[in-house]
Amino acid sequence: MKLPRMNQAVATLAGLLCTSMALATSSGTEPVRWQLNMTPGVTSTAANAYHAHMIMLWVCIVIGILVFGAMAYAMLRFRHSKGAKPDTDFTHSTKLELIWTIIPILILIGSAWPATKMVMAQYSADHSAEKDEMVIKITGYQWMWRYEYVGEGVDFISRLDRKSDDLRQTTASTQAEIESHANYLRDVDRPLVIPADTRIRFVVTADDVIHAWWVPALGWKQDAIPGIINDAWTKVAKPGTYRGVCAELCGKDHGFMPIVVKVLPKDEYQAWLKAQKPAPVEAAPAPVVTPAAEATTVQTETAAVPAA
Amino acid sequence: MADHKQSFFQRWFHSTNHKDIGTLYLVFALVMFFIGGAMAMVIRAELFQPGLQLVSPEFFNQMTTTHALVMIFGAVMPAFVGLANWMIPLQVGAPDMALPRMNNWSFWIMPFAFTLLLLPLLLQILFGIGSGGPAGGWTLYPPLSLQGGTSTAFTIFAIHLMGVSSIMGAINIIATVLNMRAPGMDLLKMPIFVWTWLITAFLLIAVMPVLAGSVTMLLTDKFFGTSFFNAAGGGDPVMYQHIFWFFGHPEVYIMILPAFGIVSEIIPTFARKPLFGYQAMVYATASIAFLSFIVWAHHMFTVGMPLGAELYFMYATMLIAIPTGVKVFNWVTTLWRGSISFETPMLFALGFVIMFTIGGFSGLMLAIVPADFQYHDTYFVVAHFHYVLVTGAIFAIMAGAYYWLPKWTGYMYNETLGKWHFWLSTIFVNLLFFPQHFLGLAGMQRRVPDYNPAFADFNMWSSIGGFGFGLAQLLFVYIVWSSARGGVKAEARAWPSAKGLEWTVPSPAPHHTFEKPPVIKDGDLAHGDITH
Repeated sequence: MKLPRMNQAVATLAGLLCTSMALATSSGTEPVRWQLNMTPGVTSTAANAYHAHMIMLWVCIVIGILVFGAMAYAMLRFRHSKGAKPDTDFTHSTKLELIWTIIPILILIGSAWPATKMVMAQYSADHSAEKDEMVIKITGYQWMWRYEYVGEGVDFISRLDRKSDDLRQTTASTQAEIESHANYLRDVDRPLVIPADTRIRFVVTADDVIHAWWVPALGWKQDAIPGIINDAWTKVAKPGTYRGVCAELCGKDHGFMPIVVKVLPKDEYQAWLKAQKPAPVEAAPAPVVTPAAEATTVQTETAAVPAA
Repeated sequence: MADHKQSFFQRWFHSTNHKDIGTLYLVFALVMFFIGGAMAMVIRAELFQPGLQLVSPEFFNQMTTTHALVMIFGAVMPAFVGLANWMIPLQVGAPDMALPRMNNWSFWIMPFAFTLLLLPLLLQILFGIGSGGPAGGWTLYPPLSLQGGTSTAFTIFAIHLMGVSSIMGAINIIATVLNMRAPGMDLLKMPIFVWTWLITAFLLIAVMPVLAGSVTMLLTDKFFGTSFFNAAGGGDPVMYQHIFWFFGHPEVYIMILPAFGIVSEIIPTFARKPLFGYQAMVYATASIAFLSFIVWAHHMFTVGMPLGAELYFMYATMLIAIPTGVKVFNWVTTLWRGSISFETPMLFALGFVIMFTIGGFSGLMLAIVPADFQYHDTYFVVAHFHYVLVTGAIFAIMAGAYYWLPKWTGYMYNETLGKWHFWLSTIFVNLLFFPQHFLGLAGMQRRVPDYNPAFADFNMWSSIGGFGFGLAQLLFVYIVWSSARGGVKAEARAWPSAKGLEWTVPSPAPHHTFEKPPVIKDGDLAHGDITH
């Protein structure tokens, strides 16, 4: 998704200025103390979100400086206490009205243009779309996530790590204890593991109430709705661990069902996947119905998963 | 008609007088503001530090849900209706509202509606009965909202009652504005406050039944076995969100258009210059009202809509910036070459223009779909809507209260304390809400009672700002109370530069005004220049 060059320049400038303004700016993907701004993440979608954000931020800052500057000037210059005489005839101007209608229209068109291209890229409507290489089904439950590697027979539940759970359930936990757990409320017992450099299609649904699957470094969130299958995709170049949360209020433990995505190099991923599969049934050349695959279809109401 | 002696009960319970009912609405709104505010204090206290110290996650959700319902339907909307009751008849030269008995009824529904809304919560807190108030968020999204206990039914009936009250209030305002204007008060000579309320009233009549319909479907889904929003029964949970936001977005403008009106009255008074671009202001208000009906799904960008819908709702939402910009530019140009003084109502009005615009900026950012995939349901959104609702709607209500207080009580309020109230509110409200932008951008989601220590610092700032803002509002109560008790007598025209018919009657406004229609002189009108 190529941005027009000017926008890129604006975004770079914006990034630089922001860095100098910031008390601390996270260049990584984990939130840091005193973080002021969004981070560009690790996917093209996240980079787009960041650029769209920075473009709009600067549009707003520039308009803000003009409008608030004019207000400040008026408030300093035209004070009753300094004997300012009101110009009661200055009450309308068709020319001004036209100017401040047309210029904003142009600014909006200028902002909508890159945003439109980015949405089209996210929807794979820009004709550059690659093929999905694998499919993972994500199901939200109160209050955990289930990941099914479609066609692989790998299927597991991922929930809040034990240590966070203990800390948050004890009202006597001290700040020091909480701070000693760097990933407090951001760790899980079993992370979602995916290969790097692979276009992955996620199909997202829920079993009870609406949840939303959000990993900021991937650049999108998608509502997980019972009875409906949504989809989204990602392709992460850089191996690493990326964390996220449930973003849609889903009941009392909404704040306690984090997401961890571990991106492994392709070969390590293959090794991991192999280790996950149930004890090798015969050297399976006919992968049609394995017991594991059967098991995965039992409890979901939402049956049809589109083929990759 | 001479004022006859009424008992307390007759005066305040039987009243069909627009001024008394206006007072009732305003007092009710203030009480609700403090109830909703107390809930906000619980929220901010729990979020003061990481970890769960004070309340359970379930109770926390009840607090966020009820805080929103109380503030929207109990504080902001009734405050605007109270101001409309007091000021619209005075501003259009009418002796009272068109339908005074209905006026009494529409007010007296409110205390019952809110008793119903708060009852499950109070029963649980005070006596340990039941499972507490609604906890599924004020938007009541199914299936989560249907998991609530009997509080679901209480909430839904309370919303029905509030809707009935709002619709009756809106009918009354439309009937008054269209039929009761003094001769010569043409539509395009009306004060902007009256205009914004006329348009708001149409919005209310259009969308309150939609809300009533959507929550009634929730009710039957929960208690009578229907499946409107249950996928397993052939329904669609997303349909609820579409219907809800078809109400919800116009609702947002119901809470801001009258604020535009108040500010458009105050800025010309203290800039000593007619409102710039009067007609453009009226048309901009009407455009915003129209657009409010066709942008609802920007609350739902992550729900899984097709590309065309995402793009359409993004473009339509961005369009709102244009009429809103026109309004801001007109306010700024009203100041230009004026003669400005900074009494408390003007401070709140100027604070409104600046901070509402900041809320508008984040609104424009939220309209951008690719960025919204990150912003959605984070503290960035919380910061956005509190800027438009607290420093927007609430600041405008405060501005209006200070502006018209001398007309209501007959006494000037204490200007020094008023300024203290403004500056304390402004400093603390920004400490409260500005850091929430950073929290959202760093990845903190909404509606959680606990968080990672990386978010601790700004949450603590925000909580300190919240406590300070809450305490500063006690000063407001004291100022209003003391101005009702006495002080410097207010002139009929309490602000020498104020225009408009309300300043031609004595202060305090006698129980009955304009029993004979006033003779309108164009020079008396708020905007002076009636041709543009």
